[in-house]
Amino acid sequence: MKTILLALRDAARFLSRGGAFTWLGFGLLCAIVLMAVFAPLIAPYDPLEQDIVNRLLPPSPEFWLGTDSYGRDVLSRLIYGARVSLVVGIVAIAIAMVIGTAMGILAGYIGGRFDAFVMAIVDIMLSFPSLLLGMLVAAVLGASLENLIIAIAITEIAPFARLARAPTLVLKEQDFIQATRAMGCSHSRIMGVHIVPNIMSEILVMASLWMATAIRTEASLSFIGLGVKPPTPTWGGMIREGFENILEAWWLAVFPSIFVFVTVLALNLLGDGLRDATDPKLRQRT
Amino acid sequence: MSYVIKRILLGIPTLFAMFTAIFVIIRVVPGDAAAVILGDHATPAALEALRTELGLDRPLLQQYLEFLGGLLQGDLGTSLVTRRPVLQEALLVLPNTLELAFASIIVGLALGIPLGVYAAINRNSWPDYFGRLFSLVGLSLPAFVSGILLLLAFAIQLRWFPVIGSSQPSSLADRFFGVALPALNLGIIMSAYVARVTRTSMLATLGEDYVRTARAKGVRSTRLILRHVLSNSLLPIITVVGLYFGTLIGNSVLTEIVFNRPGMGRLILGALNTRDYTLLQGLMIIFASFVVLANLLTDLAYAAVDPRIRTS
Repeated sequence: MKTILLALRDAARFLSRGGAFTWLGFGLLCAIVLMAVFAPLIAPYDPLEQDIVNRLLPPSPEFWLGTDSYGRDVLSRLIYGARVSLVVGIVAIAIAMVIGTAMGILAGYIGGRFDAFVMAIVDIMLSFPSLLLGMLVAAVLGASLENLIIAIAITEIAPFARLARAPTLVLKEQDFIQATRAMGCSHSRIMGVHIVPNIMSEILVMASLWMATAIRTEASLSFIGLGVKPPTPTWGGMIREGFENILEAWWLAVFPSIFVFVTVLALNLLGDGLRDATDPKLRQRT
Repeated sequence: MSYVIKRILLGIPTLFAMFTAIFVIIRVVPGDAAAVILGDHATPAALEALRTELGLDRPLLQQYLEFLGGLLQGDLGTSLVTRRPVLQEALLVLPNTLELAFASIIVGLALGIPLGVYAAINRNSWPDYFGRLFSLVGLSLPAFVSGILLLLAFAIQLRWFPVIGSSQPSSLADRFFGVALPALNLGIIMSAYVARVTRTSMLATLGEDYVRTARAKGVRSTRLILRHVLSNSLLPIITVVGLYFGTLIGNSVLTEIVFNRPGMGRLILGALNTRDYTLLQGLMIIFASFVVLANLLTDLAYAAVDPRIRTS
């Protein structure tokens, strides 16, 4: 817990060094998170309530972003849809981060054949197109929220493992680690208490960039029909429904597309800014 | 030459490991795969027949060896739905997918490299900011989102392009117009990656001493940028193109669905919808082989661009 708090403090420090774009990303992301959390208070209508009389209405003062083919309010569905995207993004990345970081630290710390074996697996996972891997896993497990999270988490393990391994290799040779070992510290304690905190902020920064990928993958899988089952509103699923009615009702596909785009963009802006702030070379130059 | 052979041999274990991974993932279907494929209302006899056909009644190791043996003979199995060999199904539409992939790579490089170069030589000025913003937007657009927006704008509203690419294009012009919009969609996204890495790589090279020396010697600036800087910045660009290939496959699947083009993407969507696991497995194997081939070509391109790699 303390480790995560310290890493978050570092992240906050990087954020304070960030430029306007970083803050823009942060602000947009906060707005999206608040929208998802307070969805029942913000949404003007029930996202599941069907109203056949008012189906396929274009945007109007009554229905700001129009209605879909069941007469459901698009804006309300978009607001609730943020929940699925964020939950999938956050949980999948959290799982991938824990497994991947553990793999990377163990590989770097133990070294030798074990390292070669783990990194061979990581390389193979990396060369698998992540969307296809996600499709394969989601198709085999069946479409549901849990399986979607598992599928996306699996595709994101490898980059975390690679990211965690490199600094571990450097750290384990440093004097303070050698000293703790001489004092009789166990290997698991060295990894948990001394290595993890030193690489955590870097990993959290990258997590925000990979969360962008996770949300993009979630939307793509939902668009293909491998996402959370209807009638639960998801952005990818809404784009899929809108795409089926694209000739009559452009707004059905366009508004959820904008929401996906803005969310992914916000995470990319934030992640890029934080990464630049953590990189001492870039900091000196600008 | 020995470098090439060594590199090809290195690809074999990777390919083997990827095939194994696909085999394992397809077989971790929770419960009975035959029941998943046939649905809830299947008769016990039908289930038994499918299990025999899929080889599920045999030990896993035997299934695996037969799977590998089939692969060695170019046998990817038979589609559960159409009853035709998977390889035959795939080869039928593969040219369409390859056409789209190559067209989009050309667009991606033709757009991305000049943008990256221009941003790098105008560092921290408007062209640079624009280039970086363009890259971020491109990186944030899921391929199906940009595809739908392009389709809405240029095919449905402006009617410049056909909404649905014809499967049997009658003339070369038809063929061009059919592939143009999907290729543009994939190319714009790719150019975002290419522009970004070109810019970074150019900036690193621009700081080198020999560039300053060349400038001091009075080398003309276009020649300096193209011959001295860009040609020495190519390695990271090649890496990105090689790494991007995996993403390109995923994006082209989405793009083919949006633009309703016959190709591997539509085939895979069909396999998902009909639970045609043999077809799905076969298509994944073809995609995995392409990724390994792309990695191989990337490494060979390194050697072609940088003689130091060949000799080391």
